Amino acid sequence: MSEILDDIIARYREKDGNVIFLLQETQEALGYIPEEAVGYFSKKLEIPSSRFFGVVTFYSQFHLKPRGKNIISVCCGTACHVKGGSKIADRVLRDLALSAEGETTEDGKFTFEIVRCVGACSIAPVVLVNNRAYAEMSADGTSKILREIKKKESDESK
Amino acid sequence: MNQSEENKKKVIVRVCIGTGGLAAGGKEVIEAFKKAIADFCVDIDLDFTCHYQKVGCRGFCARDVLVDVVDGDTSVTYQGIKPDIAKRIVEEHLIKGEPVKEWLIDDSYHAFHAKQLKILLKDCGTIDPEDIHAYVKVGGYDAIKKILSSMIPEDVIAEIKASGIRGRGGAGFPTGVKWEACRKAPGDVKYIVCNADEGDPGAFMDRSIIEGNPHSVIEGMMIAAYAVGSNLGYVYIRAEYPAAVDRLKLAMAQAHEMGYLGNNLFGSGFSFDLRIKLGAGAFVCGEETALIASIEGERGMPRAKPPFPVQKGLWGKPTVINNVETLSNIPYIIRNGAAWYSSIGTEKSKGTKVFALTGKVKNTGLIEVPMGIRLGEIIYDIGGGIIGDKKFKAVQTGGPSGGCIPAELLDTPVDYESLGRVGSIIGSGGMVVLDETNCMVNIAKFFLEFTQAESCGKCVPCRIGTKRLLEILDRITKGLGREGDIELLEGLCAGVKSASLCGLGQTAPNPILSTLKYFRSEYETHIREKKCPAKVCKDLLTYSIIDAACTGCGACKRACPAGAISGEKKKPHRIDPEMCIKCGACFDTCKFASVDRE
Repeated sequence: MSEILDDIIARYREKDGNVIFLLQETQEALGYIPEEAVGYFSKKLEIPSSRFFGVVTFYSQFHLKPRGKNIISVCCGTACHVKGGSKIADRVLRDLALSAEGETTEDGKFTFEIVRCVGACSIAPVVLVNNRAYAEMSADGTSKILREIKKKESDESK
Repeated sequence: MNQSEENKKKVIVRVCIGTGGLAAGGKEVIEAFKKAIADFCVDIDLDFTCHYQKVGCRGFCARDVLVDVVDGDTSVTYQGIKPDIAKRIVEEHLIKGEPVKEWLIDDSYHAFHAKQLKILLKDCGTIDPEDIHAYVKVGGYDAIKKILSSMIPEDVIAEIKASGIRGRGGAGFPTGVKWEACRKAPGDVKYIVCNADEGDPGAFMDRSIIEGNPHSVIEGMMIAAYAVGSNLGYVYIRAEYPAAVDRLKLAMAQAHEMGYLGNNLFGSGFSFDLRIKLGAGAFVCGEETALIASIEGERGMPRAKPPFPVQKGLWGKPTVINNVETLSNIPYIIRNGAAWYSSIGTEKSKGTKVFALTGKVKNTGLIEVPMGIRLGEIIYDIGGGIIGDKKFKAVQTGGPSGGCIPAELLDTPVDYESLGRVGSIIGSGGMVVLDETNCMVNIAKFFLEFTQAESCGKCVPCRIGTKRLLEILDRITKGLGREGDIELLEGLCAGVKSASLCGLGQTAPNPILSTLKYFRSEYETHIREKKCPAKVCKDLLTYSIIDAACTGCGACKRACPAGAISGEKKKPHRIDPEMCIKCGACFDTCKFASVDRE
């Protein structure tokens, strides 16, 4: 991991010291921001780790925990909300047996997130599965997609 | 060109690949066209050539994937195209010359466009956003060439002031005045920032403009930079808009290659370059001072103003921050003149405004209308009325900072002042239509959930105030509302509005205040009768089966995710109220209207 982080630090120095850039690159490379990475940066750059954590926890883009293999994002922007986005979110919670938004299933296969508007409001309600947008979704339609992914995952692991 | 080539008809197939188009399968449609053309063209000696063109959003996303076939002077548009229909279009239309009738756009497409006035969106949706030459061909970069060769910065500012354009990001501050203040601010180094952190839920105007016509934004920034005396600009754009980021990067690279960005542009001695900063997801970063903190790599927390960013902005230097739509207007104003621009719109609100028309209207999509158009015209003429011919209830404008406008005010003209008078705002341009099945207390709660989560926490009125407001709304929607809650909301709203540091807190109570003003009885019914008139608030509903109407088909039993429905085939079923999670699946599934929701 330290090689990756050193490379990011080198590019960070070129970019006149932008902490957000550093964290965005780290997440891009590792999928999330491990606490050890923050400790490493803090030591190498002599920036208190509180400043990193301050930024990480401020922006919704950053994750301190590893995320699942498949990211299911249900849009709950205004247009999706008035067309039943929360019903879809409730269904995903049940189907994945999770208790809250932002959690990852125990097997690490799925992370469920609620996003606030992906800007595709005219085709609401929208569900993003691994960043692919599905238009005019329903709770049943979403369950179907989840079943398909689950099947694919179990076929692969056989 | 030899004789035989000249005789060839030039046919252009345009496929929409905006976010809406892509989600509806735009890429697959393009592939299907390519394949079909290859399949047919190889064997048959065709007398036309085909060109593919990728275009951005033309607005009518409800009917995606939209495909234009332009044959000489005639153009036909298809709607709802899937890959398998692409083959038919090639075979029947391109080869045999007979348009595929059942997939042609219908009257609603024409109605959707009749009352619109497209300036910015005219080029979005007809030019290839991934080709700088397409923008140049329609007059792109003429405006910057014109000002560099014949106008001093003060003239440019005077022209923009005369046009009357006001900021499209929400506050409606006159753009020319902002530029002038920055021009006059002392300092050698100044910055132009394009705010593309479109954070309002229910809005996608800026995304569509960048995806559909990125060069207009770049040119607008160049003109702004020349006017205020800046050589470097930043585009602060949401990381959640990957397609827009890619288009912008490509547009910047092409502009560099053509010598439209960089040093000594067009031999004028004026230099300008651009950088992209990816927003990391925080609604409050739409606020100018928070946005600056975020570009600098810090937590995006607003600070008190003055000093304003035009005096002391990015890295402490004078900075102009303009919204995407504002900047995109600038080249058109310079090209066509301030007098032309100010002839559109109302006395105090000039030009056109792009709206994201969504929610319960038939024709959802991106629209551009002259300022001053009535709300009713947008909803009924352009939007085609309410889906399923249900009753219109309210239109929500301005996102979390705006308000809900009821049916009796549909005559309100859409301009900054008029919407302000009825308790809402134009905002950045989100317009969400609500029908009788939407609960207004639930809508208010939805927005408060949003603002409470997005409050940066720096000032107490916003941090604690939004939390308490949300708690009260939450208990009202759960049947735990108390007498006096409405008055408590009103008092708290007034406090949060007047004491918060930035626009987020100052406007956060608007969704509550406007729904209280126009839909007070709905609040009262929730509190006093513990009922939700629109039948939305889960905790106030009970589901049961009407024995007389139930055929015992078992559809509800299969649909119930909680296993709360029991019953033998062909006999009335029963819902166990203890097990029911009130998801409404049975209600939605039953074809015989035998599920009762009270």
